[in-house]
Amino acid sequence: MQGKGFRKAWRLTSKAALHVLAGGGAVIMALPFIWMLSTSFKPESEVFQFPPRFIPNTITVANYINLFQRLNFIRYFLNTSLVAISITLGSLFINSLAGYAFAKIKFRGRDPLFMGILATMMVPGSVTLIPSYLLIKSLGMVNTYAGLILPGLASAFGIFLMRQFIRTIPNELIEAAQIDGASEFWIFLNIILPLSKPALATLGLFTFMGSWNNFLWPLIIATDERMYTLPVAIAVLRGQHGGEFALQMAGAAVVVAPILIVFLLLQRYYISGIALTGMKG
Amino acid sequence: MRARARVGVLFVSPALTLFCLFLVGPILGALILSFTNFNVYAIGNWLRASFVGISNYRELLFEDPLFWVSLRNTFYCVSITVPATIAFSLLAALLLNSKRLRGKAFFRLLYFLPVVTNTAAMAVVWRWLFNYRFGLVNGLLSLLGIKGPNWLGDPAWAIPAIAAMVIWRGIGFNMLIFLAGLQGIPNYLYEAAAIDGANTWAMFRYITLPLLRPTTLLVTVMTLIGHIQLFEEPFIMTGGGPLNATLSVAMYIYRLGFRFFRLGYASSLAYVLFLIIFVVTLIRMKIGRSTFDYAGS
Repeated sequence: MQGKGFRKAWRLTSKAALHVLAGGGAVIMALPFIWMLSTSFKPESEVFQFPPRFIPNTITVANYINLFQRLNFIRYFLNTSLVAISITLGSLFINSLAGYAFAKIKFRGRDPLFMGILATMMVPGSVTLIPSYLLIKSLGMVNTYAGLILPGLASAFGIFLMRQFIRTIPNELIEAAQIDGASEFWIFLNIILPLSKPALATLGLFTFMGSWNNFLWPLIIATDERMYTLPVAIAVLRGQHGGEFALQMAGAAVVVAPILIVFLLLQRYYISGIALTGMKG
Repeated sequence: MRARARVGVLFVSPALTLFCLFLVGPILGALILSFTNFNVYAIGNWLRASFVGISNYRELLFEDPLFWVSLRNTFYCVSITVPATIAFSLLAALLLNSKRLRGKAFFRLLYFLPVVTNTAAMAVVWRWLFNYRFGLVNGLLSLLGIKGPNWLGDPAWAIPAIAAMVIWRGIGFNMLIFLAGLQGIPNYLYEAAAIDGANTWAMFRYITLPLLRPTTLLVTVMTLIGHIQLFEEPFIMTGGGPLNATLSVAMYIYRLGFRFFRLGYASSLAYVLFLIIFVVTLIRMKIGRSTFDYAGS
């Protein structure tokens, strides 16, 4: 009897320890977000309090109003949205079209070409950065939306993901349409795309998040204040208002919140994307 | 069928054009640039640049102390972040894989959130967390009676502070991969071990860890490749300071290329970084193959 009681107590203790550990981890992971939000609603005067307090004495939205009225954050927000949405839609179309050809249409040199595209995935971004900049510069596209969008459309990962998915679509569907006299582009639009919705959702989510969060390329291309994207704006804010922490935290919240909301709504596609491609995120 | 092949070529051509313009072209372009003295005067007229042979590489390796500083900083940071990220992500995956944990979806989501957030914006937040006088980290330390260091202002503490953010950001993604690996371990092995009277530690040590080895190796190399390219955290949190103590290789490329406009010289550094990553990737491909063998058997 005593042994049984002891075992039960041990089980309960270890279960409690499990939850304490998981909960402690969760607190640490969430702390930067909580601290960001907490500071963003404080007046600047209250930021310099020691020891720090989580709940502000006076809750104010002045920092957010400041961002949108005095600083041009509405424009940066619209810039970022325009660039991210254009890259997402464009690369979905271009990469699914290429993915269809790589998966279902035989042409000479197809497979070596595909392997070559995959091989570029291991080249670090800093290698292509300088020549891409010179190319965009010589095309007169510095400080233009085209300059921000175009390089984002090329994606080995996108072609790979779409090809892998489209390969699983049965050939019979395509052949039946061909017998009915449908063109390849008709087949692509009316058979392949509707059946690829899960992969398109995954790729769309990855691409949108990637371009929303992209920092280095807009940092180089958008040097004119009117072309800033949010990540660039936040870096500039940190430089020019280095001591105004409440303002900086409000800025960070404005950058982070939209992407968190998108992720929360579509997270199942993110998880399935990791399963679909084996690993790479 | 030849007509169909032509359509195939047509369908890949938009993607291929972009590919040549912004990936293949620049990869070759950077190699050529790395053998030139391309600088601010050549931006307006490319003909003003001339070939200088391997002198960029020679300068980098033998005459540029900052290159070695940036390499040392990068590897110092990586030597903290890679083992710590892997240990914490494995721990998180083990927790989430436990049948007795309630609220798994909630924990998984929370651990994952840092992965999707904007690194530049969160680096601004972490800079504030590590503020010497009013930051939360030193505030919490003071509750324990510890006077925290001037994290980002002290050459000895700046890299560990940056590493903390890198680890925080990296746990979620690796956790998911470990979780997939854990779920691939057949349950009967644990059941058999339980019948033999093995305790939890023995099961972890003799079943989980060995069977997870391919996943661990893969995660290690992927994390290594990612963390070697450290850029945004030091760029925002310290700007490379104090005294270049947090200047990473990727930051030094940016500084050479877009502050000093020594684009040729910066390209040679980019290729050195590429070479380092290439070696790591070759190892990764070998591991990728062995992972596949394991899954197939």
